[in-house]
Amino acid sequence: MAETILEVSHITKQYKEGQPVLDDLSLEVHKGEVVVIVGPSGCGKSTLLRTMNALEPIQKGKITYRGQEVRPDAKNITELRQKIGMVFQSYDLFPHKTILENVTLAPVLVQKRNKAEVEEEALKLLDRVNLADRKDDYPRQLSGGQKQRVAICRALAMHPEVMLFDEVTAALDPEMVREVLDVMLELAKQGNTMVIVTHEMAFAKAVADRVVFIDQGKIVEEGSPIDFFEHPKMDRTQKFLNTFSFNKVEKEAE
Amino acid sequence: MSIETMISYLPLYWKALILTLRIGWMGIVLGIALGLVVALIQHFKIPVLRQIAVVYIELIRNTPLLVQLFFLYYALPRLGLRIDAEACGVLGLSLHGGAYMAEVFRSGLDGVPPIQAQSALALGMTRGQAIRKVILPQAISTSVPAFVANIIFLLKETSVFSAISLMDLMFTAKDLIGLYYTTIECLVLLVIFYLLMLLPVSIIGSIVERKVRYAGFGD
Repeated sequence: MAETILEVSHITKQYKEGQPVLDDLSLEVHKGEVVVIVGPSGCGKSTLLRTMNALEPIQKGKITYRGQEVRPDAKNITELRQKIGMVFQSYDLFPHKTILENVTLAPVLVQKRNKAEVEEEALKLLDRVNLADRKDDYPRQLSGGQKQRVAICRALAMHPEVMLFDEVTAALDPEMVREVLDVMLELAKQGNTMVIVTHEMAFAKAVADRVVFIDQGKIVEEGSPIDFFEHPKMDRTQKFLNTFSFNKVEKEAE
Repeated sequence: MSIETMISYLPLYWKALILTLRIGWMGIVLGIALGLVVALIQHFKIPVLRQIAVVYIELIRNTPLLVQLFFLYYALPRLGLRIDAEACGVLGLSLHGGAYMAEVFRSGLDGVPPIQAQSALALGMTRGQAIRKVILPQAISTSVPAFVANIIFLLKETSVFSAISLMDLMFTAKDLIGLYYTTIECLVLLVIFYLLMLLPVSIIGSIVERKVRYAGFGD
């Protein structure tokens, strides 16, 4: 098996009293692997992703990136975050920067890379998502799908070793969903390490090396997409998958 | 109304305008700096300083500038701290402006969605980099209209400076009326000079407003 890049080990996350959002959860992400996390709303899958970038503190357990602990107060957290790219549901480009500046800002500011070099690379990235001609526009001039593709470029420009995608198509119109998913399929094909939270089951089936089903803060079942979608072992998984299929309506006889 | 009289008063009014502008701009610039610091303290909920900031803002906003100036000019010397009238004016205006500017910046900061900071952090930025490059530019952009209104408000507030014997526009007008009973001429000139001072600010302000209006559109 390929080396482990991210290791989530027995983490618990809880807001004050009550049911924990993540409950003694463990997960490993290996190099070149595409892990897709699915589950009902509020099951903790987005929270899990956010803890993997130390945007949320955890109460118990440990998350490590190549053996180094990922914690909001870790001394080298800014270096770790550069290795762990993240794309959010609401794309949240920087509205006061042009498309090109959105992509180049962090590499120049954080990694102190040469501006001309970064711009050249940013243009290549934008070209790959067919947006190079929009480089001087502002985010408000782009559609949701276009903004999300820029957000992916922005994360890629930092040369992360693993990319986290948090329901990146959930806020998009159906036609725009496809253009974003195609970019992600392309990334998967190139062997990038990715952790994807999504509600798009057909996409999950196509892109995943491993599917993880989470409910109530725990992993209920995980496996290859074929095992998971065709032969789920747990009743809870079957019930969840059933919500995505419909039977043909049989009209009642009059 | 005698135009000749008015023309003969022009140099005095001009001198008063310069003094008003000098104190006004120094006070406002310092007030902006103070307001920004106070707003950041409040937005990032820095302990202790945050409580001090609340007391400061409430104290300033709920007392008239005139009372604050009297305190600085007449009460502080009793406590052994003597500062001249002009310094009093600058200090009074910056303390006064700081409280109002703080509220403007704070609402601007609160208006930037938290996800903006998170995505900056997710890109490996430090907190300081995120504030400087991502949060503040957006906060300032949405603050501009209220910011310009505040600058005009503060420049008008300088009219109470005459009470601590600063020879500003108001003082000059009152003085000349008292000396020569040329009431109409003095008051018309007063209006003209205030407009001369404030109209350019309004015009430049609305140009700037249009220029920086990128945030919050098209979402």
